[in-house]
Amino acid sequence: MNTPHNSPFIDPAFLRGMTRSRAASRRDVFRLAGLTAAGLALSACGVQGQKKAAPKPSEVAGFWSGKQKNGKVVFANWPEYMPEDRGPLKKFQQETGIAFEYLEVIEENASFFGKSEPQLRAGQPLGYDIVVMTNGMQFARMQALGYLVALDHKQLPNFAANAAPKYKNPAYDPNNTYSIPYTSGLTGIAYNTKYVKEPITSIQALFDPKYKGKVGMMADSQEIANFGLFALGIEPEKATKADWEKAAAKLKEQRDGGIVRKYYDQDYIDAVSKGDVWLTMGWSGDVFQRQLAGEPVAFVVPEEGGTIWTDNMMIPKGAANPVDALMLMDFLYRSEVAAELTEYIQYVTPVPAVKDLLTAKAAGLKGEDKKALEAMVESPLVFPSEADYTKLHGYVSPAQPADQEAFQGMFQAVTQG
Amino acid sequence: MRRAKAAVAPYLLALPAWIWFAIFFVVPIAAMASVSLTTGNILEGFQQTLSFSNYADAVGQYHVQLIRSLIYGGTATVIMLLLAYPVAYWIAFKGGRRKSMYLFLLLLPFFVSFVLRTISWGFLLADDGILFGPLKSAGLLPGDFHVLATDVAVIGGLTYNFLPFMVLPIYVALGRVDPRVIEAAYDLYASRWAAFRKVVLPLSLPGVFAGVLMTFVPATADPVNARVLGGTGNTMIGNIIQTEYMTNNDYPTASALSFTLMAVLLVGIFAYARSLGTENVLEAAAR
Amino acid sequence: MRGKFGDRLLHGYTWLIIAWLTAPIAVMIIFGFNDKKSKSNTSWQGFTFRWYRELFADSSLTEALVNSLQVAVVSTVLTTVIGTALGLALGRHRFRGQGTSNFLVFAAISTPELVMGASLLSLFVSGNTPRGVVTITVAHVLFSLSFVVVTVRARVVGLDPSMEEAARDLGAGTWTTFRLVTLPAIMPGVLAGAMLAFALSIDDYVVTSFVNGSTLTFPLWIMGAVKVGIPPQVNVMGTLIFGIGVAIAIANAIASRRRT
Repeated sequence: MNTPHNSPFIDPAFLRGMTRSRAASRRDVFRLAGLTAAGLALSACGVQGQKKAAPKPSEVAGFWSGKQKNGKVVFANWPEYMPEDRGPLKKFQQETGIAFEYLEVIEENASFFGKSEPQLRAGQPLGYDIVVMTNGMQFARMQALGYLVALDHKQLPNFAANAAPKYKNPAYDPNNTYSIPYTSGLTGIAYNTKYVKEPITSIQALFDPKYKGKVGMMADSQEIANFGLFALGIEPEKATKADWEKAAAKLKEQRDGGIVRKYYDQDYIDAVSKGDVWLTMGWSGDVFQRQLAGEPVAFVVPEEGGTIWTDNMMIPKGAANPVDALMLMDFLYRSEVAAELTEYIQYVTPVPAVKDLLTAKAAGLKGEDKKALEAMVESPLVFPSEADYTKLHGYVSPAQPADQEAFQGMFQAVTQG
Repeated sequence: MRRAKAAVAPYLLALPAWIWFAIFFVVPIAAMASVSLTTGNILEGFQQTLSFSNYADAVGQYHVQLIRSLIYGGTATVIMLLLAYPVAYWIAFKGGRRKSMYLFLLLLPFFVSFVLRTISWGFLLADDGILFGPLKSAGLLPGDFHVLATDVAVIGGLTYNFLPFMVLPIYVALGRVDPRVIEAAYDLYASRWAAFRKVVLPLSLPGVFAGVLMTFVPATADPVNARVLGGTGNTMIGNIIQTEYMTNNDYPTASALSFTLMAVLLVGIFAYARSLGTENVLEAAAR
Repeated sequence: MRGKFGDRLLHGYTWLIIAWLTAPIAVMIIFGFNDKKSKSNTSWQGFTFRWYRELFADSSLTEALVNSLQVAVVSTVLTTVIGTALGLALGRHRFRGQGTSNFLVFAAISTPELVMGASLLSLFVSGNTPRGVVTITVAHVLFSLSFVVVTVRARVVGLDPSMEEAARDLGAGTWTTFRLVTLPAIMPGVLAGAMLAFALSIDDYVVTSFVNGSTLTFPLWIMGAVKVGIPPQVNVMGTLIFGIGVAIAIANAIASRRRT
């Protein structure tokens, strides 16, 4: 039976398949080389830098003058950031006659930016009139590269009237030149009360050898850097490069001491609610939702400091319907619309009047619904107290490319060892 | 006539795939390769400097993760081979008319999103979850025992996620073997082992090669399992490439790392093909 | 006797492996019935059919699933045809460009997904090609192509060509020979390749996330929802995909029993 096989182990036909046609391959290589050249041509000039300075008021006015509403708006947002019935958007359409297209296409800042950047660089519109991004590195790059439209605040009266002062003129976007907040959240310590019997108040708990292997930290450089700095008593906004180094060293020591189990992305919340980690850096909204589900998780803004981050609405360069976009952004700053959003999203709203509106609404409800809404209104995770706000800080945001690289390098060396 | 037809046949067969590869693979990958030789940063732009320093820097900085990935990928591949071969063997020779049902069942879990599978594994393998919780309360496991956030979990995850890619090609190759051939070997008083070693195994080698190729390579480059199942010190090269590209927007470093990885993997594939007895295909391709 | 015992052992082992691969699916199915009170669906809070009734409540999720299925079916068909052809050529014939073809097949497999996605996006952007279902399908064909080629070739290599020669000697044309002789002989490889292509396509995240434009697929939608909690409808949809698959497998098994 073995006739076709010269060797007992190797199928010669198989060998032929692997090794054939040496003579002709030189020609193939030329063909490949031709295609390669076409590929090189695609990127011949490298990627052009387009770093832009902040726009002059006259430029902003120039952009907006003569712009009309088009009766259409495309809103790109994160999933679960708008009630499923799209209530606020439908109301907007009824009132203004502007048709909306709502797309839940943003899953992560980095991947959204990574995908959008080549298009924006090529001067192609993204096809969205509003996008929502967190105030991190990617948002800073959108600004620096001139990929955003400067907003016309004359067309944002509700924002001016209803947004809390602390949400105006943020360090990451002075004068709200390019963005207004959509919703905010806090980064603090989330812990599982089944395993952690003491009340956690200090950030030092995350560095306590008694929780060895049961501590979770975040993988994001800006998030973890803040906690390294808080632990050393340094304010992130005022931190110098030398401070970053100290913070990175502190975090490396924490890792090498076996205290950190893992550097998490968004999956920390499952880990802490199941007890895989006992305490971890965490986001307020996540913890609030687990509490609603009756899971034994608590959240605290450490006395040394916590982080406040904001997801912001902005108009990308090349948007087809900028006026309609502004109208929608401003509409979402009506107190009653903001209340509807907050009730669904369960993160921190930039509109303080929402608290009273939801309190009033809860009073009119009965049973389970009433209890749930009351819990939300009273929760410091959705409506942080003034005392909490004084402890909150923004991210470290190095402006210079060399500093950005150094910053990322220091903290990624910790999280990706 | 017929001869002419036969001479044209392979080109007609290969043409559609060639076109696809040429337009959607060779051209864009070459563009990516040229990016790996640029210098600069996202804000100030990247200039083509034909500098190979990105490669030296990337390897210097990340050789630990690169080697770790090869070890994880290799270990998972060996485990997969050992786990998959008996399954493929049994389905090919004893699966009867239900062969395709068994194969389908093996693949079915992978039609459901990996996010769901992973979340479910997280639930099952939680430190105090439904598997380990009772064992710990019964004192059969130490209290700090855990699987998640270890290298075992990463290699296990790779093994789990790529196993069908090992089973199917081995099955496909074994399927060519006429069971009567094996019977004949028995009739000639070959022992079971001898029949396997002398008859079945050689015939299945193309399948084993295909299986190893389709598992080792993607497993080594995989960013997902290390991120979801690993702990500190389990970062793989796929994660680094992702961070460099997405988070740092350091496209030159990301592409230099990717091409280094591809080169290492291709050299591995051809070395492996050679160890199975073939000549060097890379050499052939390069002429 | 030993042979029979060995067979039974292997039979049991095969089912054990299937059970292992399916274990997380069981958890997924159970949590599709979870009467959860908050957005997170990770702890058991009671039984309900609610998510089955409200399966299509979120139109964007439904649309994402439909997109995924559409892309998976179309790309599987395309990949299987193109890949089988190249697999046949590589396994059976000697021709110029064979070494290069092998090299391309291996190189495509060894390309990190992110690089494939990012480079395809640059291509589409430079060509000003609008991103959507078409570009997703193109990308899926590209990354599953090599898997089909390699699988089919593993079947073709070493097949006895004398059957085809005999068919041709009996006057069968090229197409008839292929349809009646070659294709049945390589069918297991083609089917296996097609199944791999389908699995690769329906589960892909990284490459798709670059070339999707504003079109969402099932994995992309789920990835986005991870931040705030995956709604149980996702579990239900997963359950339905799995259930339909099991039904097909059972029907197939019964049909083959009838035929015997």
